[in-house]
Amino acid sequence: MLPIYRTVLSALAVFAMLTASAFAAQAKPEAAPAAPSASKKVSTADHHKFKELQKNFRTGPEVTAACLICHTEAAKQVQHTKHWTWESTDPKTGQKRGKKNIINNYCTNPTSNEKDCMACHAGYGWKDSSFDFKVEKNVDCLVCHDTTGTYRKLPGDAGHPVYKRTEFPKGSGKIVEAVDLRKVAQSIGKPGRTNCGACHFFGGGANGAKHGDLSSSLQHPSRYLDVHMDEKGLNFSCATCHSTSSHQVSGSRYNISAAVKGAPHIRGKADDSPAACQSCHGNKPHPQRMARLNQHTDKIACQTCHIPEFARDDIGTERSWDWSTATTMGPDGKPMVRKDSAGRRAFDSKKGTWVWESYVIPEYRWFNGQSRFQVIGDKIDPTKVVKINEVGGGPNDPESRIWPTNVHRGKQPYDKVNLTLTLQHTGGEDDTALWHNYDWQKAIKAGMKAGGLPYSGEYGFVETEQTWPITHMVAPKDDALRCEQCHSKNGRLKDIQGVYLPSRDGNKVLDTLGWTLALLTLIGVLVHGGIRILTAKKEG
Amino acid sequence: MTVEKIYVFKRFERFWHWSQALLIIFMMITGFEVHGSYELFGFGKAVSLHTVAAWSLISLWVFAIFWHFTTGEWKQYIPTREKVFAMIGFYSVGIFRGAPHPFRPTTLKKHNPLQRLAYLGVLLFIGPLLWFTGWFYLFFGDWKAWGVDSYLSLEWVAFFHTAGAFMMLAFFIAHVYLTTTGHTPTSHIKAMITGWEEVD
Repeated sequence: MLPIYRTVLSALAVFAMLTASAFAAQAKPEAAPAAPSASKKVSTADHHKFKELQKNFRTGPEVTAACLICHTEAAKQVQHTKHWTWESTDPKTGQKRGKKNIINNYCTNPTSNEKDCMACHAGYGWKDSSFDFKVEKNVDCLVCHDTTGTYRKLPGDAGHPVYKRTEFPKGSGKIVEAVDLRKVAQSIGKPGRTNCGACHFFGGGANGAKHGDLSSSLQHPSRYLDVHMDEKGLNFSCATCHSTSSHQVSGSRYNISAAVKGAPHIRGKADDSPAACQSCHGNKPHPQRMARLNQHTDKIACQTCHIPEFARDDIGTERSWDWSTATTMGPDGKPMVRKDSAGRRAFDSKKGTWVWESYVIPEYRWFNGQSRFQVIGDKIDPTKVVKINEVGGGPNDPESRIWPTNVHRGKQPYDKVNLTLTLQHTGGEDDTALWHNYDWQKAIKAGMKAGGLPYSGEYGFVETEQTWPITHMVAPKDDALRCEQCHSKNGRLKDIQGVYLPSRDGNKVLDTLGWTLALLTLIGVLVHGGIRILTAKKEG
Repeated sequence: MTVEKIYVFKRFERFWHWSQALLIIFMMITGFEVHGSYELFGFGKAVSLHTVAAWSLISLWVFAIFWHFTTGEWKQYIPTREKVFAMIGFYSVGIFRGAPHPFRPTTLKKHNPLQRLAYLGVLLFIGPLLWFTGWFYLFFGDWKAWGVDSYLSLEWVAFFHTAGAFMMLAFFIAHVYLTTTGHTPTSHIKAMITGWEEVD
């Protein structure tokens, strides 16, 4: 009730003085906290000194075997994570999701393309469906724990790092040096932005392409781009929010806590959602003088106001990927690559057409944290846009909030008879690989076979749409959305249903009646006054 | 026909009237912006100003209600049937013919019968409608805590609040015009400023 007293007091002050100046009184924003000192080595162990690591490792699994001598449980832990299984189970429906099972709106699915895709698997040797998920030495410790920034895994090697000097991409003249595994193994530490970013910044095959709120710009971000990761300020790493226990990284997109309630979480308290904003800020984060904003947390996710745009950099993000133009050759009959004016991929005969954008205004959706995903083999209706995933929730669901989302659109191949999205063999040097032979028919046949799916032999292209919540790139408070950006006729939330939004909404009949009443009253008094003036003149 | 002056409006009453007038005008300006009728201050600012004005008006009313009861002035609003038709006749016919005003204000009866009815309507209907809906509108965030969230919807609270505002606007227009219908076009207004009304 404190805000009421405050307001009453200020109102009394206004009443007493009736001065206008009191109306505008507004406290200045508090000064930003001082930047913490640069991070130092905090580990109690110097891995250079460990005998187990003082040898010239030839392969990744050899390094892992050495790690496991001391860290006996580490591989077992990793093997229970999505980083290893590429699988996630919907706790409600039991549906198997995860990168292994879903069709995404970018490279679609890794099946039959494991050699390429597994460059981002936290393991070694997943080259086809025969991969043994129980072999501990195939867990890749280094990809997350390297601190030298020299550990690289390239497409084509099924998750193994670069063992010998390689030209990559082939024919580009660019050389990738072999990884010095001895040096990397001795220099391990807690995962930093570079480790997470190596995959998560470049998902979808290009910098910033996939998420929209993750790109290499978060390596050295300014305060404007990310108020938490600001290199000169709070300088959070990814794991500051995505706190980790037993190698389980919190904050998965597959099961989001869309509506975290209550006060900030006390350290040591059991915490279901440590990666949520509310974990530190609580769900009433605004000071008393802005108490009205706290009333919004019942309906609106923090991200909606505090991430006014995503991809707030020149790297940008992909808005659409149209596979239907892939295999189109250039005028000379040879494969062609074109870039947009900002130097981002716009067309590639291998992959199709892309559209990019920076400073993207999100699309807003009711979201309760549960998404339904299109998984391999799910039937589709090709007369409609195929929802690669759909966010659940609605205005009457107390677990739902209005979230900003990145809606990525595209066109993907599908089986015209069996009505499923297809799997296609894209990467590789063999005759059936799309990126080698530019033959859809062969590529789909090979992909469907690898996935154990029937294929009719007839393919077409269908429009697809993927909706992902936006949660990174939180802007400083001065850059948060202003009230007017939603509370207006054509504001950000103009398409959001189920909530009465003052200034956007109103009753048209009442408005018409109300203004008519006011107008008739005005006309009435004017006519009355006019007659008075006329009759007064006559008499005068 | 001699012009006489009588003391009708006391100092507090005049202060109450004009500060209330300013606040209501201001609340109509900010309120219709919050409603989305136009842009002036910007939505956020309009909400803040509307809220401060609302609390100021509440404070003013607390004093005004106290004053009305301690002075007995509340009796000025008791409706009467006496001369109602005479007033209607005056406004619709007599006023154009220069007929004398059927009501002569005194310190004890300062409002004509139609004024009494109109003000009573404002005090008992338009005002409470605005206060009641405005209160719930203001404390939207506390509905759950109060246990009223399943009985109320913001849409209808806003609807009736806006309906009240339109009625207040119509009253305001008519009221401003009717101030010119005194002994001279300005005598009512002068009375509200100085307290002294010129009567026939």
